Amino acid sequence: MNKHEPLGRKLDLRHGRVDLSHGSGGRAMARLIADVFHAAFDNDWLRAGNDQAAFDIPGGRMAMTTDGYVVSPLFFPGGDIGKLAVHGTINDIAMAGARPLHMSASFIIEEGFPLADLSRIAQSMGEASREAGVPIVTGDTKVVERGKADGVFISTACVGVVPAGLELSGDKARPGDVILLSGAIGDHGVAVMSKRENLSFETEVLSDTAALHELVAAMVAAAGASIRLMRDPTRGGLAATLNEVAHQSKVGAQIDEASIPVAPQVAAACELLGLDPLFVANEGKLVAIVAPEAADALLAVMRAHPLGARSARIGEIVADEHCFVQMTTRFGGGRIIDWLSGEQLPRIC
Amino acid sequence: MKHVDEYRDGALARGVARRIAEEAQPGRHYRLMEFCGGHTHAISRYGVEDLLPENIRMIHGPGCPVCVLPMGRIDDAIRLAARPEVTLCTYADLMRVPASGATSLMKAKADGADIRMVYSTLDAIAIAEKEPDREIVFFAIGFETTTPPTALAIRLAQKKRLRNFSIFCNHVLTPAAMQAILEAKEGVEIEGFVGPAHVSTVIGMSPYRRFATDYHKPVVIAGFEPLDVIQAVLMLVRQINDGRSEIENQYRRAVTETGNNKAIDEMAEIFELRESFEWRGLGEIPRSALRLREPYAQFDAERRFCVVTLPARDNPACECGAILRGAKRPQDCKLFGTACTPETPMGSCMVSSEGSCAAHWAYGRFRQIERRKAS
Amino acid sequence: MCLAIPTRIVELLPDEMARISLDGVSKVISVALVDNLAVGDYVVLHVGYALARIDEAEALATLELLREAAQLGAAP
Ligand code: SF4
Repeated sequence: MNKHEPLGRKLDLRHGRVDLSHGSGGRAMARLIADVFHAAFDNDWLRAGNDQAAFDIPGGRMAMTTDGYVVSPLFFPGGDIGKLAVHGTINDIAMAGARPLHMSASFIIEEGFPLADLSRIAQSMGEASREAGVPIVTGDTKVVERGKADGVFISTACVGVVPAGLELSGDKARPGDVILLSGAIGDHGVAVMSKRENLSFETEVLSDTAALHELVAAMVAAAGASIRLMRDPTRGGLAATLNEVAHQSKVGAQIDEASIPVAPQVAAACELLGLDPLFVANEGKLVAIVAPEAADALLAVMRAHPLGARSARIGEIVADEHCFVQMTTRFGGGRIIDWLSGEQLPRIC
Repeated sequence: MKHVDEYRDGALARGVARRIAEEAQPGRHYRLMEFCGGHTHAISRYGVEDLLPENIRMIHGPGCPVCVLPMGRIDDAIRLAARPEVTLCTYADLMRVPASGATSLMKAKADGADIRMVYSTLDAIAIAEKEPDREIVFFAIGFETTTPPTALAIRLAQKKRLRNFSIFCNHVLTPAAMQAILEAKEGVEIEGFVGPAHVSTVIGMSPYRRFATDYHKPVVIAGFEPLDVIQAVLMLVRQINDGRSEIENQYRRAVTETGNNKAIDEMAEIFELRESFEWRGLGEIPRSALRLREPYAQFDAERRFCVVTLPARDNPACECGAILRGAKRPQDCKLFGTACTPETPMGSCMVSSEGSCAAHWAYGRFRQIERRKAS
Repeated sequence: MCLAIPTRIVELLPDEMARISLDGVSKVISVALVDNLAVGDYVVLHVGYALARIDEAEALATLELLREAAQLGAAP
């Protein structure tokens, strides 16, 4: 490095901690941004050092989204809050059938947070964004007093372009449409729970966190016009997603339990905690409601993609003034899948 | 999953269900109460009722410890948690149960009370060891299944000489509640009971004898998997057809005649009967709950913090009592689905997903609609 | 009520504890309430405690009874 260091001493990324000066707009903050964030996200826009990023946009309709990330623990099997933030934000754009272009990230950091963890999170975000081909082009950092945040919160935004003619929307499901699911459910929720204090169980389940835009692009290229809508079943799980769609489109859904893939370890963990995988969060799965005539072709495209290898046709949209999501159980009976009143908590009874 | 999946075989269930349909006599009513929420859960989660003939009706009993806990006791727990020195440890099931004045443990936690969810009494003990300056109070609830783990925690706390650990005891007894249902002045319309699964692994079969001898009601102890429930229904139909009232055991793989003596002894050593205890929806039931014996008084949060339970009244329009006796159905309650929903439960039957009203909300509405469509 | 699940003992630990496994998920539980357990036994697990041993022979007998009843009730 240069003898003349305008930003002062390099940060001690091994043992150092974030303090209030890192959010004060002074030299310490510049140092933090340079050593942690720019180092991890490195791209031309950040190097330009402006408060915003300017870029050309292809013509057509834009999609824009914003998202906030709070997760406990911050590091979990298969991922961490940073990776989750990149993937989740990209997925929100991808669910419009759009191609994500650029994203932003802003950090609210609790005083005392280890720099090593912050840098690990930033590195992981940088890696996820490079892999996805969606650079993080602008950002912000704030530090709050100890106790006013839980480690680190990340908020993001992303813009993308929607291919011409494509207009996916939650109100477009029609009776007869087919419901496709891109893989096994519940992995993310179980991976996170396995590391929560007081639940202490061990499993090899990894979070399924993944950016789905390439899977989506393949589907759109194959039969975009036949896709009514796509959703990623994150919080509230598959159950919440299907209920949202049913209410938005004023239809019902009929699904078949036996066709919904669930990994045995996920099923076992749910059994132990009294949870239902239908309500457990996913971070790398999508639900597509598609025209019946294109369902088989789309399913084949999904299965051909590594992130959709276990895709399945799980049911169909039906006419229903009550907007119920109904399920034929593996056992042969019927059941309503309602939304949850709140976060699913482990049960003892 | 071993000893699980075998009992979730739909084809086998349909075969047994056909057998039930053949044996159930038309013109006869089979009103069967499954006491436990575990059975209610299996019935609604797997859609067991769809497989049963019209004249067999499952009545969802009060066997969910969360549902029967009176609101006043939740109020007590919230007051305990509000004390600055107290950390309240609770099973997550209780977090959302409504208390007086639209509060709950969840809301109390948001207001700053130190409330932590635990999976086991062992977790609460671990917290007490780790944080000797905090008063750790474990919110103990549950039937005879959940009581022995609390008893062991007391023993462990004693052995480890923990001075900062106590329990807020709300353990209740299953047979006492079954008896209260049978003795209700308003009468009962129940022909037989599907008896508790995991409670019976602890207490065995003998505590149920009096229901056969004194009340002439058949009881079949059954496991919590859907095939267990269906088999128990078949066994009850046969008893009713034959005019028998016996205590039978469908859950032989885990329940023995005498139960788990070690667990029974632990409970007897640490706990004694309360004169009377209030059950939400059922009212005061004599000799239906436990409290710590005198030698263990130091572990009793009620004595330690001078807890005085204030009466808290449920909505008078709530029909839980009649529903729990099988006299009414959730849809007979004026509040059902309007003022009372799982988001805003008014009575105990709506509180946990295993309550009758909650089960009907999640599942029965759909059955009613299907029936209407079919007719 | 009383959510409990059959799990297999894979290791006996000191202080009346044991490690159980359920389809690849493992957890340490207390076996203080059940005597004479051995590795390979199935127990009913509730709130971190084994409550009862599952009797293999009785389990098979129950399944046999179920199959019989189902056969008798087989569709004509
Ligand atoms: S619907 Fe609500 S108010 Fe009515 S009986 Fe059920 S729990 Fe009570």
